This record gives sequence, C-alpha cells and structure tokens, in this order.
Amino acid sequence: MNFLKRFIRNRGAVIGLVILLAVMIFAVIGPTLFPQSPWRMVGRPFTAPFTMDRFPLGTDMLGRDIAAGLVHGARVSLLIGVISTIVALLIGVPLGAVAGYAGGFFDDVLMRFTEFFQTIPSFALAIVLVAVLQPSLASIVIAIGVVSWPPVARLVRGEVLSLRSREYVQAAVTIGQSTPRIIFSQVLPNTIAPIIVMGSLMVASAILLESSLSFLGLGDPNLMSWGYMVGAGRTRLLDAWWISFFPGIAIFLTVLALNLTGEGLNDALNPRLARGRK
Amino acid sequence: MGNPVLSIEKLTLALPSYADRPQAVNDVSLSIGAGETLCVVGESGSGKSMIAHAVMGLLPTAVKPTGGTIRLGGRDLLSLDPAAMLSVRGREIGMIFQEPMTSLNPVMRIGQQISEMFEAHHVFDRPKRSKRVVELLDEVGLPDPQRIARAYPHELSGGQRQRVMIAMALALEPKLLIADEPTTALDVTTQAQILKLIDRLRRQHGTAVLFITHDFGVVAEIADRIAVLQQGTLVEEGTGTEVLSRPRHEYTRRLLAAVPSLVPPERSKSQPKEPILLVENLEKVYRKRSLFSAGREVKAAENINFTLARGETLGLVGESGSGKSTVGRCCLRLIDPDSGKIELGGLRISDLSTSALRPHRKKIQMIFQDPFASLNPRQTIGRIIADGPIANGVSPEKAFERARELLDLVALSPNAIDRYPHEFSGGQRQRVGIARALALEPDVIVADEAVSALDVSVQAQILTLIKELQERLGLAILFVTHDLRVAAQICDRIAVMQRGRIVECGETAALFANPQHEYTRQLFAAVPGGRRFRNR
Repeated sequence: MNFLKRFIRNRGAVIGLVILLAVMIFAVIGPTLFPQSPWRMVGRPFTAPFTMDRFPLGTDMLGRDIAAGLVHGARVSLLIGVISTIVALLIGVPLGAVAGYAGGFFDDVLMRFTEFFQTIPSFALAIVLVAVLQPSLASIVIAIGVVSWPPVARLVRGEVLSLRSREYVQAAVTIGQSTPRIIFSQVLPNTIAPIIVMGSLMVASAILLESSLSFLGLGDPNLMSWGYMVGAGRTRLLDAWWISFFPGIAIFLTVLALNLTGEGLNDALNPRLARGRK
Repeated sequence: MGNPVLSIEKLTLALPSYADRPQAVNDVSLSIGAGETLCVVGESGSGKSMIAHAVMGLLPTAVKPTGGTIRLGGRDLLSLDPAAMLSVRGREIGMIFQEPMTSLNPVMRIGQQISEMFEAHHVFDRPKRSKRVVELLDEVGLPDPQRIARAYPHELSGGQRQRVMIAMALALEPKLLIADEPTTALDVTTQAQILKLIDRLRRQHGTAVLFITHDFGVVAEIADRIAVLQQGTLVEEGTGTEVLSRPRHEYTRRLLAAVPSLVPPERSKSQPKEPILLVENLEKVYRKRSLFSAGREVKAAENINFTLARGETLGLVGESGSGKSTVGRCCLRLIDPDSGKIELGGLRISDLSTSALRPHRKKIQMIFQDPFASLNPRQTIGRIIADGPIANGVSPEKAFERARELLDLVALSPNAIDRYPHEFSGGQRQRVGIARALALEPDVIVADEAVSALDVSVQAQILTLIKELQERLGLAILFVTHDLRVAAQICDRIAVMQRGRIVECGETAALFANPQHEYTRQLFAAVPGGRRFRNR
C-alpha cells in the first residue's frame, strides 16, 4: 500500500489536512479579501459579530475589523511557525547527526550541551531572548528556534545511532565514501520520516509559542497576530467576548489540524507502528 | 496409526487483499498420531509457520481461516471461542519458539515462569508446583535444576534457555507439541543436543510433535513423516525415508538437490600463487566499560595468522561467538584490531590512518549477511552499485554504465537499475550486494555469512554465482560461515575457529577426511542429517 492510501485511511488526518489547507488559503488570499491594513479603525468599536454585514465577526475596542485581523494573522502565525521550525531543524538535525555518528567524546559533549538547553524552561528563555533582542519577526523566529531544537537533536541522534551499525552504512565505509557523504547520502535520508512527523508537530507548538509571546505583548508591533488579538481583548472578555474568542478558535483549530496531520503522517510513514494493525 | 492426535483437514487461510497471494495456506490436510513427529518443511513464505499459528489460535488478525477444520482429539479448534482456547493452549498444546533469547521474560526467575504454567491452569498447590518445576528442569537435562530454577534468563546460554522453553511447553504433559524452527537460532552442537532431547521426550511421553523447519538436515534427524509445502500448498507427504530417498514431487527433488553435500568436490591442484592477503598475530579484545567494577573482557581474536592467495577461497568456520566475523571485519578495518599485522597486496593496511586507508579500501570488499539490511532502502539499485566507483573518482555516467554491466554479470536484468531494493527478493538483493562489491574490482572479497539468510535453493544459486565469478575474475575470497556444508562446497582451505583462536587449518578435503582437533570433530558430528546427506 502506498503512502497516500495509508494517509487517507486515517480520517482525523484528512480532516486536519483540510482545515490546514483552508487556513493556508486564507493566509494566501487574505490581502486581496481585506486589502486594508488590519490595524485601521474602520467601524464603530464593540460591534457584535453577525450584526453588521460589513463586519461579520464584529470589531474590537478600537473599531478594527476582527475578520481582517484573523486573515492577516493567519499569515503571521503560519510564517512564524514554519520558519522557526526550519531554524530548529537546521540546528537540531546536524547536531544530532554528528553526535550520533561520531559517538564517544563528541556525543557526550554535544548531548550535555543539548541537555543544558533542556534544563531551562523554554518559554522563560524565549521571553528573555525576545526582550533582549527587541520584539521583531526575526527575533521571535530565533527565540522559538533556539528553544525548540533540543528534542530534534535527541531524536536524530537516536535514529543515527541505530542506523550507523546497519550493514549498508558499513558497506558505504568499505567502498571508501567519505564520512560527511555517508551521513548525508546513507544515514540522513533514512531519518526523514520521523523528522517530518516531528516537524509538523513543532509547527503547531511554534504557533502556540508565538501566540503566547504576543499575548504578553512581546510580538512584533507591526504585525497583526492571533496571540496579540487574544491578548488585546482579554480585559473586555466579559462584555466583548468575540474579540478574544475568534482568534482563540483560530489558534485552536490550526494547532489541532497540525497535530492531526502529524499523527496521520506518522502512521503513514511508519506503517509497521501504525495503531490498530497487527 | 489409531486415532490421530491432531488432524487438519482442508485448511485454507486467507491473506488480506494487499498480500502477494490470496491464500497463506491452501487446502492443506495433515494428521499426527501419538508419539509421532511430523516435519512441515518449506522455504520462507511457504506458509509453514501459519499452520502452527492456526493450530495455536495465534493467527495475526489480518489472516482469516476461510475453510477446513483443525481437530485436536476430536474437537474443532477453529470453532472454539477465545476463552475455551485459553485452556487448550498450554494444557493440550505446548509450543516452542524460534528465538530463545526473547521468548523468556527477562525479569522473572526461571522457576516462576514455569510454575506460571500451573497457576494459569489451576493445577497443583504451591509446594507441589515448585517440586514439579525442579523435576521438569531435571528431565530436560539441565544441570543443577535447583539453581537454574532460581536463575534469571540472562544467566543461561541459548541452548539452556531453549531447554527451559521445552520444559515449559511440556509442563502440563500436552498431547501435542508445536516446535516452530526451535533450533534455527542455535549453534550446530547445541542444535544436535536439543533435537535429541525433543526426540527422547516425545518417545517417553507419547507426545505428538509438529515440527516446523526449513532445514532438511534437521528433518533427516528427527522426522517420522514429512510434509513439504510450496507457496501454501501441500505438494508431498510421506514417511521420512520415502520423501528423503524417493521424492516424488519435482519441488521436493529440487529442494533436496539444493542441500549442499558434506563431501567436498574434487578440486584440481593448482599452482600455489602469491598471497594477496596476509594476517599475522591479529588480536582483538572487547572490553565492556564499567564504572564500578573491572570491565568484562572477551577475546574475539587471539594470535590469528593466515594467508590468502589470489583465486583462492579460505573458509573461516566456527560457532557464534568464535570471533570469525570479528576477524573478517578486521581485514576490512571495519573494526580496528588491537595489534597485529594485516597486509593487503604488500600494503600494511593495519597501520594506516582512516583517511590514508580510504583510497585503498577498494581493493578489499565485503558481501554482507542480511540481504534486507545491507542495501539502503532509499537508494536505487543503480545508485547503490555506482556509489563505490563514484566515491573513487569515476564519472557518474561511466559508473552507471558499469553498474548495468555488473547487473548483467550477476544475472539480473540491467533494467533493474532504476528500481528500489524492496522490489526484489532476498536472493536478488544478495546479487545486488555482490555486484556492489565487484564494482570496485577488488582483489579480495570478505563474504560474511553471505548465504546464511537465504533459502536452500537460492543459496545454491548464489554459491554457484560466487564460484563462477571467482574463476572469471581471479578473486580471493575469505568466506566466513557457520555452515559446514556450505564451507565444504566452496572453500579450498578451511580455518576452524573456537573462542577467538584458529584451532585447525587445512585443505578442505583433508580436513573433512581426517579432522585433527577435538573441536573440529565435534562440529562435524553435530551437523544435522550428516549421515543421510553425506554420500549422495
């Protein structure tokens, strides 16, 4: 059975993928739907949702369109989620590969270094990094990347450790391939499946981290993001619930969709570990 | 033969739709009487284990019985509900598995594990149980049964664990014993003992034995009757002597012909040639790192000396743990030896640094044991073969062109070049492994158990291929194997290894005719089916 068939058999994964695609489409066509800046005050403050055709999801306390904010926020959230995951992979994968393949002293040093990062609470570290570097898109991406690479390094190291003793890797040694070549052409391609799965789940947690940072006011002040919207509406949660509610739902659905897709990828890429089959 | 203990009638097991054939087992009828041993023989994928699992009610959920009956003493097992099946397992049917290392619970004492059999079926009270455990351990020939009952599985050897498994299987005196490849994972000397034990016990207790195996040597040792399976279909059934000496079906004849003979073929005495590989005083000790105590030392190679000439095959023969693989891998510097000299074509490769060695690696190549683990699943066959020449500076176009020629040389279609390893069978993959080793035009090839994971008919083909290629290309081969039959067929000279030392080394014919060392004699005596397959 091929990969696609196995993926489609997992209904949750398909639902997740559909939600994810919807979010992505909104993110891409958002600027054409809402060409104006989401920061612009376009209507009366505190317009309740579903009361005016112009503002289907209502307006916030400054009269900004929440629907526009959501769509523009989707871009920011997805962008930060994906880029910071790539940053984390770029740090974690080479580190784990070198530690796993070299073994011995290198392994010990690199893994203690990794553990050092794991002992610091990641959210606290992210706050400090963003605060020190000044809140901006780049600093947020770096902060999220820096706090989320250690699990990647550990995963890759474990995979490489077990692949290193495989016979085809030994065969590559005997035909005289250089060590970097063996790592890149023989070992790493066989770790892709778990890395993809982990990556998809990391995008979800990166979106959550970004939202949390924005909620605390550490987001990029020029970018409308879901976390900022939730944070901005929290003081009026009781009388104007929709200001926080809709971006909250957006975060919830996107993260859920990413997790479902990740699980589906896991089942499809590791058919022998898939649940419910013997 | 009175009432059969087990009678399987027209059993058909359906495979799920994505499998390579519709039925795992098709319309198979078998029966075993009390005290009788029925051997079910077949190559991998023949469905022989499926029959054993169907009798035990342990079929994978994807495999469904669609027809036929399995009667044990008159009761149809296929129609029993899971609760009724529980009391049948263990009490009426005992089972021995292939892998003694993983079939015992590592954190439970041996005695406890056996008495669990009694607990599960509510027989005996506590003191009676522990008394019976000791009796059982004594009966399967374990020394000092009191001590063994208190031991944990890791304290026992593979053969001892398999004896414990047999004790467990026989604890409740079942009418039927199912043995699924029970000796495949064991060394020949241990295998011979276990076979004798199973044979003795079934005589004493009148147990019917369903013995699943792929090894005709084992069959010749133990079978009263033989059933031969091919692709899920029963092709031949008869008494042991009938099937082995007068096989009726073409497939059985082919299988029997493929079993290598223990008599080395006549070899023309050729001129002694210059040695290409020279090993002197090779030593390798494995040390377990331990924080609190002195680490354990295992001498895998001790004072190893041998030479290998162009066009010659030297067999390195021994049981598991004898250090034969370590020596083979040291010659390639896949393992760094502690001391000693390895010379390859006059170059002392044992002293070179890793980077200085790299350009010389192409002179010595390896064929690996496991055809499923030795090819990178994410590379095409062409890439796998061409990688070697490319790493040594050949242009990719030339390397791929050469890969096509090599595929042709190992009797695979050159069109296979764009396909991935999982599309090939075990034997075909092994051919790819050989092509990869030949791509660099080496002087020496180390074949580490190169045919051990293959079915006998495929094994014969691969051995013929290796021999042909050797004659054509003048290769020197270091052939590491535990299988004396294979060694007899392919090796010019044989070195017998025991606990890291070479105890005897000589011309194959002379060694087989007149083994000098005690251990060599033991090995020869233990080869299963030695008498029957000796003079054919």
